Amino acid sequence: MKKFFAVLFIASVLVGCTSTPTKEQEGAKIEDRIPTTPPAEKPAEGGVSKPIGTSAVAVDPLRDPANILSKRSVYFDFDSSIVKDEFKPMVAAHAKYMGQNRGKHVRIEGNTDERGSSEYNLALGQRRADAVKQMMQLLGAPASDIETVSFGKEKPKAAGHDESAWSQNRRADIKYQGE
Amino acid sequence: MLQYPHVMKIIRPIRLLSASLLLALLVAPAALRAALTIEIIGAGATQIPIAIVPFRSEEGLTQKLTPIVAADLARSGLFKTVDAGGMVPVPYEPEQVDFAQWRARGAEAVVIGNVSRTADGRYDIRFRLMDVVKQAQLAGFVYFASADQLRLTAHKIADVIYEKLTGDVGVFATRITYVVKKGRRYELQVADADGYGAQTVLASNEPIISPTWARDGSRLAYVSFERKKPVVYVQSLVSGERRAVANFRGSNSAPAWSPDGRRLAVTLTKDGNSQIYLIDAGGGAPVRLTQSSAIDTEANFSPDGQWIIFTSDRSGAPQIYRMPASGGQPQRLTFEGSYNVSPRYSPDGKSFTFMHRSAGRFNIAVQDFATRQVQVLTDGSIDESPSFAPNNRIILYATRVGARGILAAVSSDGRVKQRFTEDAGDVREPSWGPLVNK
Repeated sequence: MKKFFAVLFIASVLVGCTSTPTKEQEGAKIEDRIPTTPPAEKPAEGGVSKPIGTSAVAVDPLRDPANILSKRSVYFDFDSSIVKDEFKPMVAAHAKYMGQNRGKHVRIEGNTDERGSSEYNLALGQRRADAVKQMMQLLGAPASDIETVSFGKEKPKAAGHDESAWSQNRRADIKYQGE
Repeated sequence: MLQYPHVMKIIRPIRLLSASLLLALLVAPAALRAALTIEIIGAGATQIPIAIVPFRSEEGLTQKLTPIVAADLARSGLFKTVDAGGMVPVPYEPEQVDFAQWRARGAEAVVIGNVSRTADGRYDIRFRLMDVVKQAQLAGFVYFASADQLRLTAHKIADVIYEKLTGDVGVFATRITYVVKKGRRYELQVADADGYGAQTVLASNEPIISPTWARDGSRLAYVSFERKKPVVYVQSLVSGERRAVANFRGSNSAPAWSPDGRRLAVTLTKDGNSQIYLIDAGGGAPVRLTQSSAIDTEANFSPDGQWIIFTSDRSGAPQIYRMPASGGQPQRLTFEGSYNVSPRYSPDGKSFTFMHRSAGRFNIAVQDFATRQVQVLTDGSIDESPSFAPNNRIILYATRVGARGILAAVSSDGRVKQRFTEDAGDVREPSWGPLVNK
């Protein structure tokens, strides 16, 4: 039950968007199985008002919107492959999850915005994916379970031609095998 | 029959053209219509006034020749068409050319010609280029062409005229390649330099980038994502056969042909970061050419095969470097601005074109090797993928109108611009093909 409350607590801070990296990392503890009672029945420590699920079935932490592991995208500055501080807890959580769940394979897909050459962007997307991989490796994920690929600027998620679209497209996505 | 002192050349069926046509029929039967139209902006410093008289008997052809010749010359920006109508008699032979009248109309050159049918069903096309000032013939050629070679024949005639009057090689009879995105579908196409006769040589639901021509025009190398990651392929335009020539662990991209067509420089990440390697054009073990911890990519061979220019961000931002084609210490070439990529040699080896960012815009520039002088040629917001025409005079590139990608070309002095507009789809990644059958 202690773990269960930890989950709800994390959920509340995520909903409130006030999480700090250390608290978010606590979320990485929940990779076992989630409680069998419907979590929405119980109030969390912070007095959360939003239910995090109504099913009694175990929730896959990778798909649980309340879990940091459901976050998969790292966003970058123009012509940069530096993983910014705000994304490190998420990358760390995936590294830890993979370290504790051997046999999980991920593919990290690097992308860029549409500006600049296709080929330089392809290399830049690769470097972004590799930067995320390297960080995960340092934090305990087995290198052999991580594959990287770049789509450069060829597969933009946002279709626009302005900074709001570009900022969404400068991205590396962590994708688990089978997803 | 032969009072033609200047008959120099007989055009036989163009094997490459027919073969790639066959491939296109197999791959995409619907892609044979003209897809690109062209708009011309600007003009050369001086324009040569030229009159093009419709050839005798061309009225009956499925494809009239002189309108194509006139369009080609006009597109170069170096010619001004003088009205050729109303001459009595209409001149088809040199002795019928009334030089005084043409001079009165301001023409410096006149083109005349005849079309007749040969016994085997082809066309016998003869033309002459007359110098109005000297009152003499500058060129006279005869071509034998089948109906599907009429456009090509017109481009060859335009090439002769261009060459005689400007002193430069004509490139109207060359081809270009580019990628069209239609919804989720990507088509690698090959078309005539004027955008007509587009043929799809590869269609895929995954991206295709960086197509580039072997110097003999018979093969393309490109990057396809059909295996869910970038892999370098070489495809024959003659047989249609294609082969993955670089499919190593990680990313495989940025193919560049050596001038002899035997090897490719490619960018691989098999050993970590993006580095340039040399492979056999048929595949095989790669030899590493660059040794940096940065991105090294977009190799391009000098026309003499001695050098490779490439993009590297080893200084912290992408810039253009040159190294010996066998590898070795690179020398930095670009210093203006913080983003210079996609270098391509001019065919004469004296300069290179590249994509340059300044004030938030990405434009096409050229830099001279000897003087290091940089000239920015375009003014779009995102202009990319430049490549030289084989006569050094024109640079083909990709630009954008609204949200759509289109092809454009600019003369290497920046004076004349052309925009190619496609009926449907988003066009990108162009590359100008070589001179063939010259």
